[in-house]
Amino acid sequence: MAAEALLHVRVEGRRLVLDAAGGWVAARASEIEALVEGVFRKQPAVDAVEINLAHLERLDTVGAWLIERLRRGAASVKLPAEFVGADPRFKVLLDEVAISNKEPPHPHPKKGALYELLEHVGIGVVEAGKDFSSVMQFTGEVVVASGRVLLAPMRLRFTSIVHHLDRVGLRAVPIIVLINFLIGAILAQQGIFHFRRFGAETFVVDMVGILVLREVGVLIVSIMLAGRSGSAYTAELGSMKMREEMDALRVMGFDPVEVLILPRLIALVVALPLLTIIGSLAALVGGGLVAWVYGGFPPEVFIDRLREAVTVDTVKVGMIKAPFMAAVIGLISCVEGLRVEGSAESLGEHTTNSVVKSIFLVIVLDGFFAVFFAAIGI
Amino acid sequence: MAKHKTNGANGGETVIRVRELVSGFHGVPVLKGVNFEIRHGEVIGLVGASGGGKSVLTRSLIGLLPKWSGTIEVFERDIDKLEERERQAIERRWGVLFQGGALFSSLTVRQNVQFPMRENLNLSSRLLEEIALAKLEMVGLRRDVLDKMPSELSGGMVKRVALARALALDPEILFLDEPTSGLDPISAGDFDALIMALQETLGLTVFMVTHDLDSLYTACDRIIALADGKIIADGPIETMLEAEHPWLKSYFHGARAQSRSGVAA
Repeated sequence: MAAEALLHVRVEGRRLVLDAAGGWVAARASEIEALVEGVFRKQPAVDAVEINLAHLERLDTVGAWLIERLRRGAASVKLPAEFVGADPRFKVLLDEVAISNKEPPHPHPKKGALYELLEHVGIGVVEAGKDFSSVMQFTGEVVVASGRVLLAPMRLRFTSIVHHLDRVGLRAVPIIVLINFLIGAILAQQGIFHFRRFGAETFVVDMVGILVLREVGVLIVSIMLAGRSGSAYTAELGSMKMREEMDALRVMGFDPVEVLILPRLIALVVALPLLTIIGSLAALVGGGLVAWVYGGFPPEVFIDRLREAVTVDTVKVGMIKAPFMAAVIGLISCVEGLRVEGSAESLGEHTTNSVVKSIFLVIVLDGFFAVFFAAIGI
Repeated sequence: MAKHKTNGANGGETVIRVRELVSGFHGVPVLKGVNFEIRHGEVIGLVGASGGGKSVLTRSLIGLLPKWSGTIEVFERDIDKLEERERQAIERRWGVLFQGGALFSSLTVRQNVQFPMRENLNLSSRLLEEIALAKLEMVGLRRDVLDKMPSELSGGMVKRVALARALALDPEILFLDEPTSGLDPISAGDFDALIMALQETLGLTVFMVTHDLDSLYTACDRIIALADGKIIADGPIETMLEAEHPWLKSYFHGARAQSRSGVAA
């Protein structure tokens, strides 16, 4: 710890002498600030101020600034101030801080809470509008690129599609099977537990069958893929964007949409329905197992009931949704990837946005399908 | 710019002493017995080929990389034998400017500069504001950068803010990792001048890793050259120009150095 910081104040005739001594360093800042604070609180009856620094032992920027404050304090009460006996080492530092903090701080305009709320809502609405238009624009680009590829099928990057199919399809199988198996088992267990009260246990099979094949299978798979593959797409494309890889492709005469995005979208649109089939089967197995162990239906009974309860239409309703879900996830995650800007924070932010928006839209889309199928009576 | 040889040279107290330092990565030694001393007030430039151990040496000095053997003394204290509290006290006496600035991306410029002071010192909020601004003004920035986020700054501004943060606690030693890399020649020149001015004002000891010949000529009192994990030369620029080591010859007499040789002679 540095030597104690002192400030002796005395009046010599018509001069106010401020004698700073000891160590004026950051570690003692609060004491020194208190010393400095009081000096010019009331107008001293003097004509000049002398700041004597001859007994100063140590000085750092904080100390120098507080001495400068003394000088400015004197200036504020219209007294000429001068430094006396300053060590040349200290003088440089004093000169350095003398030129700082010249402008008064900007007043922070204070807005009302209501104003800020409305401002945020407004910004949110505008952002949502921009989101919509960028998704539409991007969809257009994808359609154009698909058109080009359709006219010249040799341009389709088959290897790339297979690579992405492996990543988003095959490698997702274990987790999809596990999650759906558990969901099916939980549905069956809950169904048996509650239906048992009014002796309707057998309807558990109907419930599990219809729910899994129409809704839950495809939803769970979509949500899993949005979290697992959508985020990966956003992060990959975003980091490519950050490192100017997209620009490199473009100046070499390639269209990034065709090279990078189309294979990813196609892979997702193919993989998601396939995973839905696998996932739904896993859920039915899970449900069947619980019905057997917990509900006491042997597998033959379960399968018989399932045959009666579930029609081909049920399966179709579930499956038809899958490619649309895949398209939504793919489009959102690619758009978010392309919107990444220079920094790593931006990458993280867009990856989060990609997952949140994909899951939200998947559920909204499922709602629209439910309304549609109800209207056509399936 | 006139060369200043007012500080350091001989006589000042030793602030860093490195003896037989051996260190490396993944079982591969990079530094194979490095010895040098830095005295108070010196501006040291560390040069060396890419992969020659400059980063390993710097990171070992500031304690980011464990060393294998040898001793490092800072302010006459062996940093291995310090207790946690003493070590922290010593760490507060040095400031580090990382190559990419390493500004905290979630904090504004003001908060970045205030962070070390807020954590280590007991300053009133008014004083904290004033000192942060004073530091930023010292490194040549203006009040309007205060509330910007690091991502909104240009490369040169990031370096300046990072320097202001490194200087926040009035360090005695300043470590600079390639301070002028990524800056245009004019900004790089300004940055060198800034470091020299601050070095004089605050009485700093500066240790800079650099590839910039201009920095070596104008700012450094002494240059340490590292190759193959050993120090191959240690001395002022004249020593470097006379050195016989092939790497130094091509570095200081190569095509890029030719334009400078007139100035040096």
